[in-house]
Amino acid sequence: MKSKNNDEQDLQWSMVIKPQTRLFDISFTELWYYKDLVFLLVRRDFVSFYKQTVFGPLWFFIQPLFTTMIFVFVFGNLAKISTDGLPQPLFYMVGVVAWNYFAECLTKTSTVFRDNANVFGKVYFPRLIMPLSIVMSNLVRFGVQFILLILLMTYYCIAEDFQINVSIYLLLFPLMIILMAALGLGSGMIISAMTTKYRDLSFLVSFGVQLLMYATPIIYPLSAAPEKYRNIILLNPMSPIIEGMRLALLGNGNLSAGTLMYSIVIVIVVLFTGIVVFNKVEKTFVDTV
Amino acid sequence: MSIAIKVENLSKIYHLGEIGTGTLSRDIERWWALLRGKEDPYLKIGETNERTTKSESNIVYSLKDLNFEIKQGDAVGIIGRNGAGKSTLLKILSRVTSPSVGKISAKGRVASLLEVGTGFHPELTGLENIYLNGAILGMQKKEIARKLEEIIDFSGIERYVDTPVKRYSSGMYVRLAFAVAAHLESEILIVDEVLAVGDLEFQNKCLGKMGEVSKGEGRTVLFVSHNMGAIKKLCNQSIVLQNGELYYQGNVQEGVKSYLQSTLQIQENYDASNIMYNSEFDAAITWCEASIIQNGTITTEVHSDESFDVCISYEVKENIVGFRLFIGLENNEELCLFKSFFDEKKHWGTEVAKGKYESVVSIPAHLLMEGRYCIKVYATIHGLRNINPTGGIQLFFDVFQTGYINRLTYSEDFKGMFTLPLEWNSIKL
Repeated sequence: MKSKNNDEQDLQWSMVIKPQTRLFDISFTELWYYKDLVFLLVRRDFVSFYKQTVFGPLWFFIQPLFTTMIFVFVFGNLAKISTDGLPQPLFYMVGVVAWNYFAECLTKTSTVFRDNANVFGKVYFPRLIMPLSIVMSNLVRFGVQFILLILLMTYYCIAEDFQINVSIYLLLFPLMIILMAALGLGSGMIISAMTTKYRDLSFLVSFGVQLLMYATPIIYPLSAAPEKYRNIILLNPMSPIIEGMRLALLGNGNLSAGTLMYSIVIVIVVLFTGIVVFNKVEKTFVDTV
Repeated sequence: MSIAIKVENLSKIYHLGEIGTGTLSRDIERWWALLRGKEDPYLKIGETNERTTKSESNIVYSLKDLNFEIKQGDAVGIIGRNGAGKSTLLKILSRVTSPSVGKISAKGRVASLLEVGTGFHPELTGLENIYLNGAILGMQKKEIARKLEEIIDFSGIERYVDTPVKRYSSGMYVRLAFAVAAHLESEILIVDEVLAVGDLEFQNKCLGKMGEVSKGEGRTVLFVSHNMGAIKKLCNQSIVLQNGELYYQGNVQEGVKSYLQSTLQIQENYDASNIMYNSEFDAAITWCEASIIQNGTITTEVHSDESFDVCISYEVKENIVGFRLFIGLENNEELCLFKSFFDEKKHWGTEVAKGKYESVVSIPAHLLMEGRYCIKVYATIHGLRNINPTGGIQLFFDVFQTGYINRLTYSEDFKGMFTLPLEWNSIKL
């Protein structure tokens, strides 16, 4: 009875500050209230990226374009790695653009506390806003790069007579983007929580992401990997996602229901762990950074 | 009137030593030291940080068991010495960090201004930054759009709203930042000492705006400042913190008085020679003695109708170019009344040869009013560094009015700061 009284008293307050008790503590109404902030942060990232540059947003094109060219030259022409019968530039570019999105989400989120320490130390807003805005602004970037990919695909359809099978698999495309975003966000948040104490980890991240790319079928198709390594590669939750992207966009990829389910489960687990860890750290990180 | 903020059993604990380490390698180093049975190499750093005397424990209460309520519409000044827990309290109230124990309940939107211009991006224009900063402070986009004109008007930088803020002067930057913050719509406003920046005219404008906020619109305001004048002017209530505990809550006049008294208590136990002998070793000079002498005796009680001397003796250990000895006189509100330099009648810096010195400065009669004052003795090497202790050697003394005095002017706020022995000539025409 007494505790019920206390609860009723709490109701008339619009804000109650307590030491953290609950593990999963997200107020979605509060997040929704701050939606304008997410939008403005995305805008800030986008605008400040090309301020005082000559080419402006064109810079978004240059990185995937050149990476694809190098990949075509080194892995396609010199090493002659199979591309599952797909045109090499298309094969690599899908991988590069998708991987870029995941890698950017991961690395940017992993330094979110350190990058925003001065803001977090002075103003309150739901801390989750920052990682969310990172995922969103990278989505804008991904969108711009995706235009480049569509241009390239159109070119291959017209000039090279490449048949793109628009199939039911195209429906996988949005799912794959959500999975990549969630995986990048979740693992980024886990690392960000740990980097508040150990800054060394952030060096490991940029380097580790590079290495992880080779454990993902970006420069080779899963079908070209030796049988005994295939299962190891499939342990990486990004592998089915990349293959799924190729299946959705280019109509050719190694994706089974089993590997897809595995990825989805891993992504959910990582995302939830990330949110819990992030929530735990955000309340007191100001005292430790 | 109803209660806007209720604080119950609030405590904040900091673990010293533990948070000093920042990297894995340091943690391994600590672990390795423990393994060999040696003491933690980083714990020591934590201990010197500690201001109080409980050096054996590595837990510090920044706030200890605070309980208070703030009524809606009150303007509350939070007063306390450095380290009393003012900033920690504000940080918890603004939800930047969370309390260790206890609970705070509040009614209405809380806006806090621990800093102006948080989240300003140098590449964005003034206009873009108004939106971004407003959103970070918790405003909705349409709310900002509605107030945009007012904000730009208040900041007084209409001409530059489309210029990236990195090209702004620091004054313009602060103006814009405060203009955004001043237009926050919230029932509770928390303001830290953010007005220390900016020019005097703008400071007054901001103080005026804040006064408007608390008196006119029925909002609750919490204000931290070291400026007792500003607190008296803006606030009607006060909370005095001492070592993380509530020392006084109530009327602002009483609060300021009790704060000043609490600092007086500290002064009673203060011994200047202790500070001198215990001050950190300085390669340039060693302090020998500093005292106030009136009529040939060392004293802490000075009569206003006779001049008195401040005598400082010290040993200079090497020839120093640009050595400056100076004093500052502060009243009991820690307001500096004047400073005086031992070489101020010269055109250029002095070279002081190695040896022992005594410097005496005479403070004339009929200058100071009754009350407690503090003379701080400092030394610097001009353009290079301050000589320890950097806070100066403090000499507290009381002045008793023994000279001529017309009792008709005997009201504290009425008298002014000094009793200058000016000559009046009145002639009947």
